Amino acid sequence: MSTLDNLMMGFGIALTPMNLLWALCGVTVGTAIGVLPGLGPGLTIALLLPITYKVDPTAAFILFAGIYYGAMYGGSTTSILINTPGESASIVTSLEGHKMAKRGRAGAALATAAVGSFIAGQIGTLGIAFLAEPVVNLALKFGPAEYFALMVLCFVTVSAVLGSYALRGLTALAIGLFFGLIGVDLQTGQARFHFGVMELLDGISVLIVAVGLFAIGETLHLAATKREEEKALELDGPVGMTKEDWKRSWKPWLRGTAFGFPIGAMPAGGAEIPTFLSYYTEKKLTKHPEEFGKGAIEGVAGPEAANNASAAGVLVPLLTLGLPTSATAAIMLSAFTSYGINPGPQLLQTQGPLVWTLIASLLIGNLMLLVLNLPLIRIWVKLLKIPAPQMYAGILVFATIGTYGISRSVVDLVLLYVVGFLGFLMRRFDFPTAPVIIGLILGPMAEQEFRRAMTISNGDMMIFIDKPIALSLLVIAALAALGPKLWSMLTARRG
Amino acid sequence: MTTRRDVLRAGLLAGAAAGLGLPVSTPAFAQAITSLDVFVPAAPGGGWDATARAIEAAMRDDDIIKEFKFEHVPGAGGMTGLPRFINGKKGSSNAIMIGGMVMVGAGAVAKSPVTIANVTPIARLTGEALVIVVPEASPHKTLADLVAALKKDPKTVSWAGGSAGGSDHIFIGMLAKSQGVDPRSVAYVAYSGGGPAQAALLGNQVTAGVSGYGEFEEQIKAGKLRALAVSGDTGQFGVKSLKEQGIDVSLYNWRGVFAAPGITPAQRTALVGLFDRMVAGPAWKKTLETRGWEGIYLSGDAYGTYVNNEITRITAILKDLGLAA
Repeated sequence: MSTLDNLMMGFGIALTPMNLLWALCGVTVGTAIGVLPGLGPGLTIALLLPITYKVDPTAAFILFAGIYYGAMYGGSTTSILINTPGESASIVTSLEGHKMAKRGRAGAALATAAVGSFIAGQIGTLGIAFLAEPVVNLALKFGPAEYFALMVLCFVTVSAVLGSYALRGLTALAIGLFFGLIGVDLQTGQARFHFGVMELLDGISVLIVAVGLFAIGETLHLAATKREEEKALELDGPVGMTKEDWKRSWKPWLRGTAFGFPIGAMPAGGAEIPTFLSYYTEKKLTKHPEEFGKGAIEGVAGPEAANNASAAGVLVPLLTLGLPTSATAAIMLSAFTSYGINPGPQLLQTQGPLVWTLIASLLIGNLMLLVLNLPLIRIWVKLLKIPAPQMYAGILVFATIGTYGISRSVVDLVLLYVVGFLGFLMRRFDFPTAPVIIGLILGPMAEQEFRRAMTISNGDMMIFIDKPIALSLLVIAALAALGPKLWSMLTARRG
Repeated sequence: MTTRRDVLRAGLLAGAAAGLGLPVSTPAFAQAITSLDVFVPAAPGGGWDATARAIEAAMRDDDIIKEFKFEHVPGAGGMTGLPRFINGKKGSSNAIMIGGMVMVGAGAVAKSPVTIANVTPIARLTGEALVIVVPEASPHKTLADLVAALKKDPKTVSWAGGSAGGSDHIFIGMLAKSQGVDPRSVAYVAYSGGGPAQAALLGNQVTAGVSGYGEFEEQIKAGKLRALAVSGDTGQFGVKSLKEQGIDVSLYNWRGVFAAPGITPAQRTALVGLFDRMVAGPAWKKTLETRGWEGIYLSGDAYGTYVNNEITRITAILKDLGLAA
């Protein structure tokens, strides 16, 4: 049977009323948990695992797939509206998204995020159906050396968020790198900088740092500086996107998808890296560079498409090879095994109908999400009518409950406020906060991949030069970092 | 209200009833236990969580215990949760914690002030043999080939497995030591989670890999990975054990149940009794089958001795690996 026939068969099963209901259920739950900071799709699916004892596999996976995609939509909402990312893949969205909301463009930001997520999700899901084989073969070519080179390229993207003073930006990056060192080192099992606190052995959660820096930090800063009665954020212009917005969004959507899908399919790619790369690319390519840092729509459209496309990409190694490459995928895998289904290289042969139904229901669920989320924007933007004092009090409560409710760990709560205070100081003294997050995400990945590469090559640095993919990525990174400077030096001399 | 069924139940000998698979809710020795508080020192979705959920399902199906409460405290191979279980549940007669071999190693590596020796052993439920694999295209056709390469130059043989100091690493350390190779010289590449480690193997990034058999099973069946040896005492899944291939090393990644410290011997006996009945019942046997777990059941004092021996043995190899003091 051809891929198209298989997909049609999948639609046949997914379009039964009962399965549509499961999909609707999944996307609704997914959107809700995406909105709540801390509660991610992985944890939600894990908590729902016991239903696998009661429900048939098709229904369970339709539900899980809905939750998985839904969470990616919901995550952007809080990033844009209240600067509190619901999950780590939405951190970049808050950079421009929240600035847009402050300028009264919340509706457009939410709309471009929703439509971008939809388009990226559909393209990504079709990619699972039609491109799984070549993509997974490319992904497997990535070993530690290639990953390290990719991380180096990502570090270049930090320059896009450095702010006005490079030294301050690099200081912020160093703080993030330090946070990344805390905890048990994977390669030696030894604990670093845990100061005897057992809870720190697993490291510091990116989400706690993000919520602390952005939400708590901003709230404290506002409380400390604004004395007079603050006017509520006004909505400026229409709720949806203008013609201009569409024109500026469609290319970032497609470029974001192009970053997200293959990197998501890589076993150590993740959802955050494509959002960094997309943000950097959009900042470089935009016709409105002056708007970046003040709320540029490209900076929302690209990363939002990237994180949804990567969510689809993650399913490629899971469905073709049985490889779980994210926490959520690992939990979906354990759901497969509790049905006695072994996801592996033969999954498509042995469980064809299930896999194709899953893919079909992803396409359906994604459409449901768009239909669900576009009208919701009108409700979300009403949140902004809340006056600042009440609004920020609400954010504090929201962030605190979100953090404590998930882990029920007092250590996490203390950490949230310590980081929040740090965020306040950084804002007060004009340090950019985004590099902290980038350092925290990229630092540990880069370190681990570098050391893996060194173990494999027996300490020979040539491994980064001998491998063509690694070398190409390093050259691109060098050009991206030094190219503009060299260019301006050359043109200056000539002029 | 006493019904006829209750009288009937009370009249039956608990052991006999369990053996026959008949429902019994209150045997004489477990009078007090009507609900279990299950403490999982790991995140939902992992192996320990699966064990906990399987216990719940089996005990419910076989009418042993109907009421369950779960608490998850993930982190550091169980070392975040362990002190919380000890402090929070001390003396509690119906609290159990899921734990296992991983916790023994994690305690030694993290130099934790409390270890698995501080809780009360109840029963060992399952064991998983580890398996050594090489990629399909590897020049190493047999275990002997791989071991020869390891002895010749350990630095050129890279191993993908779980976090350093975990069961995979411990196993490779034992293998190296048995061959007169310094465990510290082994080129061990740690990955978090089975997915990335498998990807490294499938992409020919490393020489060999170690993990639980279940993790690699599908890749082995599909011929993408070649299984060279399993870590148990005897061969499994058509793969010979190390012992059967002349190397005296054996290791199980076992999972078991522990109770809180400070419970009375009678309370401990009652808890052991619950698990004795569970493993005799049909539901648990079915779980072992569908999950592919090996039921290496051991309970009471025999399990206590086993845990102590494992602590001694594993701490010693971690010292050889330079990871524990």
